[in-house]
Amino acid sequence: MSPSIEVTRLVKRFGLKNVLRGLDFQVQSGEFVALLGPNGAGKTTFLRILASLSRPTLGQVRVAGHRLPEQSAAVRRRLGVVSHLPLLYGDLTAEENLQFYGRMYGVPNLNVRIQEVLDMVGLSTRRRDLVRTFSRGMQQRLAIGRAVLHDPDVMLFDEPYTGLDQDASEMLDSVLKNVAAAGRTVVMTSHDLARAEDLATRFDVLSRGVIAASVTRTDLQNSNLLTFYKQALAG
Amino acid sequence: MSPQPRLLHVLNILSALLLAAGTLMVFWYAPVERVMGAVQKLFYFHVATAWVGMIGFIIAAVVAILYLVTKDLKWDAINVAAVEISLVFFFIAIVLGSIWARPAWGTWWTWEPRLTTAAILEMIYLAYLLLRQGIEDPERRARFGAVYTIFGGLSVPLTFVSIRLFRTIHPVIIGAGGSEKMNMTGDMVVTMLFNIAVFSVIFITLFWHRIRLGQFAEQVERRKLQLTH
Amino acid sequence: MSTSYLRAILAVTWKDLTAELRSRELLSAMLVFSVLVLLIFYFALELDVQTRSEITAGALWVTFAFAGTLGLNRSMAIEKDRGCLDGLLLVPVDRSAIYFGKALSNLAFMLAVEAIVLPLYSIMYNVNLFYPGLLGVTLLGSVGYTAVGTLLSAMSVQTRTRDVLLPILLFPVIIPVFVAAVKASGGFLNGAEWSEIIPWVNILLVYDVIFIAVAFMVFDFVIEE
Repeated sequence: MSPSIEVTRLVKRFGLKNVLRGLDFQVQSGEFVALLGPNGAGKTTFLRILASLSRPTLGQVRVAGHRLPEQSAAVRRRLGVVSHLPLLYGDLTAEENLQFYGRMYGVPNLNVRIQEVLDMVGLSTRRRDLVRTFSRGMQQRLAIGRAVLHDPDVMLFDEPYTGLDQDASEMLDSVLKNVAAAGRTVVMTSHDLARAEDLATRFDVLSRGVIAASVTRTDLQNSNLLTFYKQALAG
Repeated sequence: MSPQPRLLHVLNILSALLLAAGTLMVFWYAPVERVMGAVQKLFYFHVATAWVGMIGFIIAAVVAILYLVTKDLKWDAINVAAVEISLVFFFIAIVLGSIWARPAWGTWWTWEPRLTTAAILEMIYLAYLLLRQGIEDPERRARFGAVYTIFGGLSVPLTFVSIRLFRTIHPVIIGAGGSEKMNMTGDMVVTMLFNIAVFSVIFITLFWHRIRLGQFAEQVERRKLQLTH
Repeated sequence: MSTSYLRAILAVTWKDLTAELRSRELLSAMLVFSVLVLLIFYFALELDVQTRSEITAGALWVTFAFAGTLGLNRSMAIEKDRGCLDGLLLVPVDRSAIYFGKALSNLAFMLAVEAIVLPLYSIMYNVNLFYPGLLGVTLLGSVGYTAVGTLLSAMSVQTRTRDVLLPILLFPVIIPVFVAAVKASGGFLNGAEWSEIIPWVNILLVYDVIFIAVAFMVFDFVIEE
């Protein structure tokens, strides 16, 4: 089986600044990869390239079997993205937000699908409320609902726990587990290893524009990833 | 940093000599115009600087398209250079035109189509510079600059046409003219064409210098980055 | 044009109109501003009956142009606020569908404001404005204005200076629209010959066609990264 995400020697330059420097990265179908690293390591930049929102300067990127940026429409059809911003409209209700994105993606049987998704993220009772009135945690759950609406194979999460309190984080944990249990490939960035520990099947550390370490879940305990990660954090 | 190429040295000297020759020609060779008198001599510089502004305007529009097609930042550097030179020379042309308009039509400013269009073009250039100033990422800056240059390049001819539908009092220099046509003798035409050629050379020289300046600025940026890493 | 492309355009417009019908933020701001401008004109220009008929077209278009930038800025800021622009860019349709959707809703807001300002001006200054030709010119002018304004607002919202920049970028490039719309409207108001009005209508048509086509071609460059 071919990998879900395949990145070879990826370079991203902003002006004269190299943010990613020949990064290699592979994710097999169904894996849940936590991408760790200090702030400013290039995690968000990397995720935006995988999401087809930013163009690679050099190198090959394949997502869900399609090349980026050439086949970005095909990639987008099979991709769900959750960023630290909710990408939702405050003056629309939860349901209207999903209706809007559903129409943009051309989701069949949209109303049935919206009901399913709202149930999954636990917002069925708030469906007719404006997103503006939602707490940060509820917005984030609806954002996940928005991202899975068109049933993508590959999902990208950029710091989904930003600004959430303990309760909201636990709620998000269970939603994320649901997402992963459906056999989807997931890449989630985080600067917090503890948060990712019981979700991910693999842990990669992004530091100075390359993947500096990669450990599977089973090896996590007897690896020196934690020390390595702390070093990376220290810069 | 590379020293100036020999050809650029030659151009520097040539530009200075030609400018002196052109000026001498305006004052000693070209006859004094009968109706307008000495102030008409401004006209040669007015036309020549407006010509340079026009070249810059066209080059900017063309390289804007080239940038969007190739995404090569070299075209962006040329785009900025062309816009800046065009901005300065159109400004000189407007000021000269204004000084000329005072005795000719009794007013510092006329809402004449070419003059007004040039003034609006200056506003577009200033907007362009403000736009670039507000963007950090060089690639986005280049893309937005190119898109705006194309918008300006398309709207300016239409602006000219629409202002022209108002009555014009500008003398029509070349081609069919109405009653306000300025009668040019042979020496006047020669002087005008010579000065247009002179300012074209000056344009090339300045353009080259400005592009080099852009390259140096980029090198400085690169060195700075190397030092901080 | 495929159905998914059309559906995406309409979805964007539907989304904007639904949100606006609920909050009425944008329209109320544009309307209050327009009325204020009309009042200021009264004091600034001492509009007596004679001058009124001559500057009506100009006063109206100044009002529309200024109120328009308020709407364009707000409409694009909504996309930037909660990162919605990224959400739109992740959708597997051609990006120009987003442009056309936004341009359509901006046009709808503009026309809604004009539909209120025109009768209001008519009452305040006792001028009859209900000539089909004048309404047609208003539509053509608004199309050109929003076609360019939507694209430039997508640019200005991504700069440091944001909303301050939009009128500075927009006004110098919509001068042909402004001149032609004022002249054509004035022509209809003063009962000018059709042959005097037609060149202005032609300029509006040419401008609209060129700039819609160019905006369609360059929109990708404005939102990609």
